[in-house]
This record gives sequence, structure tokens and C-alpha cells, in this order.
Amino acid sequence: MAVTLDQTIAQKQHTIFSRIFASQTFWVVIAVILACIFLSVTTDAFATSKNLYNITRNITFVAIIALGMTFVIITGGIDLSVGSVLCLSSMILAVTMHAGYSIEVGILASIATALAIGAFNGILIAYLGFPPFVVTLGMLSIARSLAMVASNNTVVFQFGPDHDKLLALGGGAWVFGIANPVLYTILLALITGFVLRWTKFGRHIFAIGGNEHAATLTGVPVRQIKVAVYMISALAAGIAGIIQTGWLGAVTTNLGNGMELQVIAATVIGGANLAGGVGTAFGAIVGAALIEVIRNSLGLLGINAFWQGVFIGGAILMAVLFDRLRNFRRNE
Amino acid sequence: MSEAEAEQLPGTMGRQRLVAVLELTNISKHFGAIQAVNDVSLAIEPGQVVGLMGDNGAGKSTLVKMIAGNFHPSHGTMQMDGKQLILNKPVEARQHGIEIVHQDLALCNNLTAAANVYLGRELRRGIGPFRILDYAAMYKRAGQIFAELKSETRPRDLVKQMSGGQRQAVAIARTMLSQAKIVLMDEPTAAISVRQVAEVLNLIRHLRDQGIAVVLISHRMPDVFDVADRVIVMRRGRKVADKTIASSSPEEVTGLITGAIEQVL
Ligand SMILES: Nc1ncnc2c1ncn2[C@@H]1O[C@H](COP(=O)(O)OP(=O)(O)OP(=O)(O)O)[C@@H](O)[C@H]1O
Ligand SMILES: [Mg+2]
Repeated sequence: MAVTLDQTIAQKQHTIFSRIFASQTFWVVIAVILACIFLSVTTDAFATSKNLYNITRNITFVAIIALGMTFVIITGGIDLSVGSVLCLSSMILAVTMHAGYSIEVGILASIATALAIGAFNGILIAYLGFPPFVVTLGMLSIARSLAMVASNNTVVFQFGPDHDKLLALGGGAWVFGIANPVLYTILLALITGFVLRWTKFGRHIFAIGGNEHAATLTGVPVRQIKVAVYMISALAAGIAGIIQTGWLGAVTTNLGNGMELQVIAATVIGGANLAGGVGTAFGAIVGAALIEVIRNSLGLLGINAFWQGVFIGGAILMAVLFDRLRNFRRNE
Repeated sequence: MSEAEAEQLPGTMGRQRLVAVLELTNISKHFGAIQAVNDVSLAIEPGQVVGLMGDNGAGKSTLVKMIAGNFHPSHGTMQMDGKQLILNKPVEARQHGIEIVHQDLALCNNLTAAANVYLGRELRRGIGPFRILDYAAMYKRAGQIFAELKSETRPRDLVKQMSGGQRQAVAIARTMLSQAKIVLMDEPTAAISVRQVAEVLNLIRHLRDQGIAVVLISHRMPDVFDVADRVIVMRRGRKVADKTIASSSPEEVTGLITGAIEQVL
């Protein structure tokens, strides 16, 4: 026999390149790049430093939450409450600082709120067996309502003694003129990517999404991990809320309305599978980028903003269609 | 084989003399109103291969899942090497040297073969909280085990794309990561080719020769009569037979499984 057993076992089936070409994320990156080139050539306004600054910054709020959502979606769950959690966290931060507390206290209160909500979602889902869709749909309603209660449904735009610090945190550009939210996003994406690929926790998240029953049988702490992923998702929404508050300089109870859909769209476009078991940090960022580029380009090309939903919806369907096509080919 | 030869096999004759590696006393398990396992007692000695047979729903999987720490017994006690054994988690069973191949194999399709082999006990390198997965070491060791199993299974391949036999190899490879004392196999030969069945049976003999006890659940009479020293038959949650292979016959076991023979203990 020409090939020994050891050689067969040692063989790698995929090269780096075949893996890259087979990934949905790669093709979305290509789409983003082509769109950017197209827009740079056809419009004058696209490739200006001001527009690029705006685009990159706009990507970040969806992208940061999409990073957190990626954890949940990999386990096969969903978190519909992120938009409302973003609003509630922002409002808690705003109200706390407005009452005269320092920015540190405000951020702490805001993060603690987000984590508590994530833990609540996670415990209902993991320990009481509630469907994630239902739990987080309920929380979507609860959290926004609490934000209204906390602010008495007013707009908060004065943040007490640390007002300027908060605005600098979200609106500044501390390093090389890169908008701060972009820096946070890059940092969080690196952390997410690291956790997913290099830690036991990350491995177990994929295992749960792949086969929850198997994960349980082999002794993966499935329930604790599920609680953790909903906490991470809520935390990401809270962080995005804090940054967005600093950037906008005002918080209304409308903040983050409908954002959950954009976030889920971003993760799915980036290659995550709602059935669980698949997803990357890079994909979440790229998905968020594609959505923002579509949105930006419609404005620049003079297309009525009402068409936005059609294009973003189309992008979601294209991404999934692509995935289907790939699977058909493989199955044949 | 003749009865005289059977007497020479380890485990078959010295059942009273050897200390049991695992002993179950009056174990029961019910799920609500369903009595899945009912008052089962048995002892397994080191290096003994026990065939566990019974009709669908007889309680075989439930019994081995209690030994593997997946279920708590509703009643009864377990002892290992003469000491009380209480298992809260599958990890604790593994720490005691109990390994299991689950009936549905318990594999994650989206992970590689190596990741599945190491699921729940991933190798890591680094110090303290900064420990990262040691991909290289896991691929290497998983590859060695597949070679030992004579299975053409590549550690880096996703389980999704694997054949039934390769999937079985991945599930069995899990039991070989650490030095086990007892290996529970829940239908490891279902849905694989004749050649691979022979490999699995060889592996069972290999484990036995190292003094490892094996519990083999199977619906395939030839497999059990080929490799086991003892056969235990369960029917509707109860143990209805526990005897040496040499003193039984496929006809008798069939009768016990179907209920044509009430019980022989
Ligand atoms: N988690 C569970 N919850 C409720 N009932 C269960 C559970 N697991 C098993 N049962 C029931 O317990 C009984 C015994 O099931 P078990 O899986 O142990 O049978 P088995 O002997 O392994 O059968 P098979 O040969 O089909 O694998 C069955 O009636 C089954 O429906
Ligand atoms: Mg079974």
C-alpha cells in the first residue's frame, strides 16, 4: 500500500486558501471592498476623510453588540433585548451622572444593570428552560420600559460634573485621529476572537451550539455557559450604550430602538448560523460594515432612504443564499 | 470454547475471590412514573468483559449513564474498589477512571475530530488564568489514538464530514485519553462495517488484557458471545440473568430478552 495509515491520519484536508475561499465572511469582505471602490469612483463624497470617519464610527455601535450577540448565536440562542438593554444602560448612566455622581460610578451602575439583565435572561433560559426568543422578547419590552421609568421619559443631556469626560470618552479621537468607538471596537473584537478560538470557554460555546445534548453528556457546564453568554451579550449592549451616550451627548428613551434586528443581521451576514455552532468575531464586524456601507451609499447615490430596508434585507438573503449554495455543492 | 477453557479466563471463575472494580447495589432509576431501572445489583471485576443485553427500552443506557455520572440513581448505592461512589457530574466519573461511549456517540458535528475527543477536558498550555488551548498537542495525541485504533480518521477533519465508522472511532478514542479502570460501551458496533466491528472487538480485548473492565451493550448476539466473559440480561428495568458466557447460549439469552424465559440468576 502506497499510503500508510499514519500518513492518512496526518493529512490535512484543507489548505489555508481553500478554507478562506470557502468562508462566507471572505466573500462579504470582497463585497464591502467592491462597494467601497465603486462608491469612491462614482461619488465625490464617499472617500473623504470626514465620511470615512463617520462610517467607521457608525459601524461600531452595531459591531460591538454584534460581537456579544455572536456568543449567543453560536450557542444556538438569540438575544432580542439588546436594543432595549443599550437604552436602559445609557439611561442609567445618564441619570446617575445627572444626579451628580462621577463618571466611574455612572459606568459601574450602567454595566451592573446590563450584567444583571443578562444574568436574568440567562437563568430563565438555562435553568428554567424558557425559549431564548420568548425570554429576550419579554426583556425587550421590560428594559425599555424601565428606561422610561428611570428617566420619567425625558431626554437627558446634562451629565453632571463629569459631563465633558463622558463626551470625550465617546466622541473623542485619542489615538492617531481614529474615533474612540473604533478603537474600542477593535479591542473588543480582538478579545472576542481570542476567547472564541483559544479558550476552553470558547470551545464549549461551539460545542453547545453543535450538539447541546452531547456537550451535556461529556460534562461541559452547559447551563453556566449559557448564563455567561447572555451576560456577555447584555454587557456588549451596555458598553455600546455608554459609548453611544458619550458620542451623542444625549439619551432618549428611543435609543437603540430596532437595533436588535440590525445586530442579528450583521452577525448572520458575517457568517454566523442562527441554528448555532458557527460564528466569528471578524464576521460580526464585517457584517456590521456591510450594513453601514449600504446605508451610507444609498444616501450618497441619492436613493430614497425608504429603500434602505430592502437593500439590507437583500444582503441578509444573499448571505444565506450563498451559504446554501455552498452546501448544495458539497452535498452533491 | 469449552467450559474448561472458560474457567481459565480471568474474571470468569474468580468472581468470589477478586475485589470488584465496580459494584452496584439495589440501583433504581425512575423518570417520573417510568421505572427505567429497577433494583439492579451487579459486580464487575477488573479485566472482565460484561455483555449487557436487553430489548429496546430495557434500561441498559440508563444503567450505564448512572455509572458515567450522567444520571443520579433514584435508589441504591455504587461502590468502586470497595469505596462508596457518588457522582454528581460526568467529570467526576472520569476522575474515577470510568469512561463511556454513548449510544448516540455524543459528537458535535461542527467541531474537529480532535476537539470532540477532548471535549470537556481540553489540553491547555500557559500559566494560571492565561492558559490557551493546546491545538498541536491535541491533534498529535488524537492522531496517535486513531492510529492505535487503526482508523483512517484525521484529527483536523470536521466530524460533520465523517463516515459512521470514523465517528465511532472518535467516540471510542475519548475512552483512551487516560488510563481507565472501566469502559462502558453503549452499542459501539451499531452501524459500522464488518471490518470495523472486528477492530472494535479487538480493542475490547486489548482493554481487557490491560486489566480494564468493559461493559458492552449490544443487540448483536455474535459480538457478545465473541468477546464477553459474562452476560447480563435486562428486561423492563430488571436484571433477569447474570451468568458466564460459557454457561449460556444465544438461544437462552434470546429467550431471556423476549421474556420466553422468565429469569435465571
Ligand atoms: N431522560 C429520560 N427521561 C425520561 N425517560 C427516559 C429518559 N431516558 C430513558 N428514559 C426511559 O427509560 C426507559 C429505558 O431507556 P433506556 O434508554 O435505558 O433503554 P435501552 O435499554 O438503552 O434501550 P435501547 O436498546 O433502545 O437503547 C425507556 O422507557 C425510556 O423511554
Ligand atoms: Mg440504549
